[in-house]
Amino acid sequence: MRLTAEQLAWSVHGTPLLADVNLTVEPGQTFGLVGPNGSGKTSLLRLLAGLNKPKAGRVSIDSQPLHTLKQRAIAQSVALVEQQADTTDRITVHQVVSLGRTPFLSALRPWSTEDDAIVAQVLADVDMVHMADRLWHTLSGGERQRVHIARALAQQPKILLLDEPTNHLDIRHQLSILELVRQLPITVVISLHDLNQAMECDRIGVMDGGRLIDSGLPQDILTPNRLQQTFGVYAHVIDDPVDGKQVMRFHSAI
Amino acid sequence: MSIALTRASSAHFGLRWLWITPLVLVTALIAGTAIGETPIPVDTIVKVLANQLIGTDYPADRIDAGIIWNYRLSRAVVAACCGTSLALAGVVLQALLRNPLADPYLMGISAGASTGAVAVAVAGVGAGALSLSLGAFIGALLSFGIVVMLAHAANSGVGGGRGVQAAGAIILAGIAGSQLFNALTAFIITKSASAEQARGIMFWLMGNLSGVRWADVTLAVPAALFGLLVCLWHRRSLDAFTFGADSAASMGIAVRPVRGMLIIAMALVTAVMVSIVGAIGFVGLVIPHAMRFIVGSRHTRLVPATALAGAVFLIGSDILSRVLISGQVLPIGVITSLIGAPAFALILVRGKRS
Repeated sequence: MRLTAEQLAWSVHGTPLLADVNLTVEPGQTFGLVGPNGSGKTSLLRLLAGLNKPKAGRVSIDSQPLHTLKQRAIAQSVALVEQQADTTDRITVHQVVSLGRTPFLSALRPWSTEDDAIVAQVLADVDMVHMADRLWHTLSGGERQRVHIARALAQQPKILLLDEPTNHLDIRHQLSILELVRQLPITVVISLHDLNQAMECDRIGVMDGGRLIDSGLPQDILTPNRLQQTFGVYAHVIDDPVDGKQVMRFHSAI
Repeated sequence: MSIALTRASSAHFGLRWLWITPLVLVTALIAGTAIGETPIPVDTIVKVLANQLIGTDYPADRIDAGIIWNYRLSRAVVAACCGTSLALAGVVLQALLRNPLADPYLMGISAGASTGAVAVAVAGVGAGALSLSLGAFIGALLSFGIVVMLAHAANSGVGGGRGVQAAGAIILAGIAGSQLFNALTAFIITKSASAEQARGIMFWLMGNLSGVRWADVTLAVPAALFGLLVCLWHRRSLDAFTFGADSAASMGIAVRPVRGMLIIAMALVTAVMVSIVGAIGFVGLVIPHAMRFIVGSRHTRLVPATALAGAVFLIGSDILSRVLISGQVLPIGVITSLIGAPAFALILVRGKRS
């Protein structure tokens, strides 16, 4: 599915958090969202997921404006992994992932073996089958994040939105989640702090002060000049001797 | 795969125990009818019930028949409805507010309902049970609105509007709201009620099933069934709130209408119960937590389990209130609070540790 945002604006209590954001993510693309803390990445993802109604502009999926769709219809196409979503309930991993089937269930469409199969599949996708019966509060931060991703995948979304999903993960799981996300045949928007990881996206956008100030191919966007202006760091690029890929190293501005 | 399937099936369809619910409920109702100042043998109860319900003509003592039919059974049925309703209100509030301490009594809903009912009873706006319930309903919504607004203001003040910080704020707001509405109730009573009225009302405020008659049953039963059906219908929505309102929305729940509808329904049901029996505390707190411990926190199982346990708990509390001090009837609210307050402390301490 194609995801488009046109001249999006969002504000809370009169404080503008997003202004004039235009964005198109082509079907199947992985779009990386980078930017300093407070630049509006989370606000943008919330608007794209339909959690907040934009103050101006609109979000569309396949040219269908989000505000014309019911929440349930949106959730059948768009899934969101929030940054921190916690619970005090005594609930197992399997039960959390099962929640992802909610938008498809109703009185007329009860839980079926098909739902069982989907839940089993996504648990395998995030390598959590062996933990299916573990209780939520016994999981580490990284494990919880993977369960949330599995829950979102259980929605079988055509568009997956992830808000800094690698935050709590150890390096092995960071890489495996990014690899998983990149291989999904669906449209993905992912906000990231690690700029080298952002380089692996199909396209990236840079947020600063509530605006999408630049977007395009990673190597065109994350230039030393841009890094200094937006992130306030000096960067230089070195070549990885193993695969020849370019790696950025950062130095503080002073 | 096959293991996963069995587990999933049992998780989603593990409701085979449901067949015992009517059995347990009937047993509890008969116990509530049999036990009291004058114990009545079960076979007498069965005979009287058969005479009344299916028109048989067993010989039965007329005084016994009167006690069973006009006094104890109606009382037990209302206790069951009240227990079910208050416990379900607790389940819904805990799920929607993501707060283990949410309960219609602690959050000021019962206090507001009392004020509304007293205002109607004393000021005499309209007459009869229904307008009492309506007054209670308006009071309940008003107090809940104030409590939520207060909690919201407190949270945006410290900037911790989400998750765990919100838990403390809403309880504090609930205390403030309860105190305010209890003060209003006392004010109305002192200002408008006669001494005899005041005594009656004070006794009712503590939670009291003594005056219950069949007319109350015809109000309590539909209200409790309505509450149960609303909860069952929305069981998946309640599940979807596990990780908060945003997460529920991202899984397709229309958060505002669903949350508003559920809270208004629970305020209505609570108000009906308060207008009949007064404010009975802690049922909505103790029962849902106990049931979560036994059947887990998925609402497909939690809702029926809580409905049953709430009914049995209040019938049991009513029996205790009648037999604990011989020759006297304690207000049922005293019993539930004696059990509920320590349970509240336990939840508080356990919550702190995790």
